[in-house]
Amino acid sequence: MKIHEKIIETILFICAAIATLSVLLITVFIFKEGLPVLKSYGVFNFIFGKTWSPTNEQFGALPMIMGSISVTLGALVIGVPMGIACAIFLAEIAPKSVVKIFKPAVELLAGIPSVVYGFFGLAVVVPIIRTNILPIIQKFNPDANTSGYSILGGAIILAVMILPTIVNISENAIKAVPFEYKQGSLALGASHFETITKVIIPAAKSGIITSIVLGMGRAVGETMAVILITGNMPKVPGSVLDSVATLTGTIAMEMGYAGPMHQRALFATGIILFVFIMMLNIIASTTLKRVGRG
Amino acid sequence: MKKFLEISLALMLTIGLLGGCGAKEEAKVPEGSTLSGKIVIAGSTSVQPLSEELADAFTEKYPEVSIEVQGGGSSVGVKSAKEKIADMGASSRAVKESEKEYGLTEYVIAKDGIAVVVNPSNKVDDLSLEQIKKIFTGAITNWKEVGGADKEITVVSREDGSGTRGAFVEITKVLDENGEGKKIDNTTKNALVQPSTGAVKQTVANTPDAIGYISMGGMDDTVKDVKVEGVSATEENAKAGTYKISRPFLYLTNGEESEVVKKYMEFVLNEGQEIVKEEFISVK
Repeated sequence: MKIHEKIIETILFICAAIATLSVLLITVFIFKEGLPVLKSYGVFNFIFGKTWSPTNEQFGALPMIMGSISVTLGALVIGVPMGIACAIFLAEIAPKSVVKIFKPAVELLAGIPSVVYGFFGLAVVVPIIRTNILPIIQKFNPDANTSGYSILGGAIILAVMILPTIVNISENAIKAVPFEYKQGSLALGASHFETITKVIIPAAKSGIITSIVLGMGRAVGETMAVILITGNMPKVPGSVLDSVATLTGTIAMEMGYAGPMHQRALFATGIILFVFIMMLNIIASTTLKRVGRG
Repeated sequence: MKKFLEISLALMLTIGLLGGCGAKEEAKVPEGSTLSGKIVIAGSTSVQPLSEELADAFTEKYPEVSIEVQGGGSSVGVKSAKEKIADMGASSRAVKESEKEYGLTEYVIAKDGIAVVVNPSNKVDDLSLEQIKKIFTGAITNWKEVGGADKEITVVSREDGSGTRGAFVEITKVLDENGEGKKIDNTTKNALVQPSTGAVKQTVANTPDAIGYISMGGMDDTVKDVKVEGVSATEENAKAGTYKISRPFLYLTNGEESEVVKKYMEFVLNEGQEIVKEEFISVK
């Protein structure tokens, strides 16, 4: 019996060690490959350089950093309100029969491969932006121009892609709010709407914030769909109709054909992405702690 | 019962092995060749489909040889040959100055033309190399400057490092020496970047005012090719040298070549050129 337990314990330990070790190995590898470029080119020049042109040995990653930030922010601006609204609707308002249709539909969104999202964006969203949205914007700003491959397009598609994450986790958080809270609020004379906004959402906010953080992680890391839609123009964007290249997209596109120096520069881009996501996680977990307490 | 199972399994295995031997010996006889071995070819995704067809034809002739064709990109091809990860590297661009020092043997196995394509709705159908250069460097930004409609040009380029892009910028002189004699790729920063021939084609087909460039082998009706210096982008013109934008497909080897590789190279440069001709431009 004892031996048998020992064996199982060891197996569990090995599994845990492999997971931790892979994180460590990947980190070491990325830093080993990328750091020399960061050192020789200068960290400041790399992060704030505005020109990304590896064949000309110019490795300014600012356009891609701005690209990733803008597309992700755009996705959150569109996706978060929509996702939370959807979660409230499913948890609090919708009758059971409606939930039965809506919920699997939202969950299905998570199962669609990202390249399909990308293709949909390319074939539907991009032309709509060029032919329908551009004329509206031109009424206010006659100089505006866009090919449709834009931050806006990427943000719309990413917003849909992060919906399942936000909806599912938020809905669970809302459902986990003790029923007594709701009863108490209603008994005190608050309407259903007041109960939702003043009692249920504040009580569920740590879960809702977790859902946003996870959604954000997915948006930053998404590669394939973004490559197809944002136009991959390594230039610091001036408006939501401009094309941008993202950190992940650039790595994926250029790795195959890159020369030795170029490859190391792409690894350095990987370091930026790595640090970027670490920072997001740290910010998210600290706000989560603060919100959770308050 | 268990014993019986074991014995029958062992029997089946033995029979299987014997059968396998028999089949092998039989296959050897008809060709009468003793050539056997394995070749790994890695590199450019543009060369990959051609390599696969050449490999198929070669292994049909020599069934004892197996050829594995991998992608990865031209730089991967050069690297694989240098580090002997593969027996042969494939590249769809000339070997760079910085890669020359690896001392690889280069074989030009085919040539590929690069077609300059626009949306089918575009009225422009002839551009000079100078105009193409100006469009791709951003000196010309409106179609009216080259005889088209008063519309802003959407330039579509390939990703930095791509073989197609490398060949295109070199031939059109978008790649130019700067004051210090260093070669600089001057592709406009306002260009959309797409990671494959298919993606460029899709983008140009979807965007009315776009211009891009793709491998001639990838041409179809969704986009329109423009004449360059009055010469249309056809194979004959590229082979004759009148169509200016074409690039080499290379096989690279490192050091002493094995018997199989030598035979394969000989095959590719002679009989294989018939296969090359089907989609690309033969070097014979």
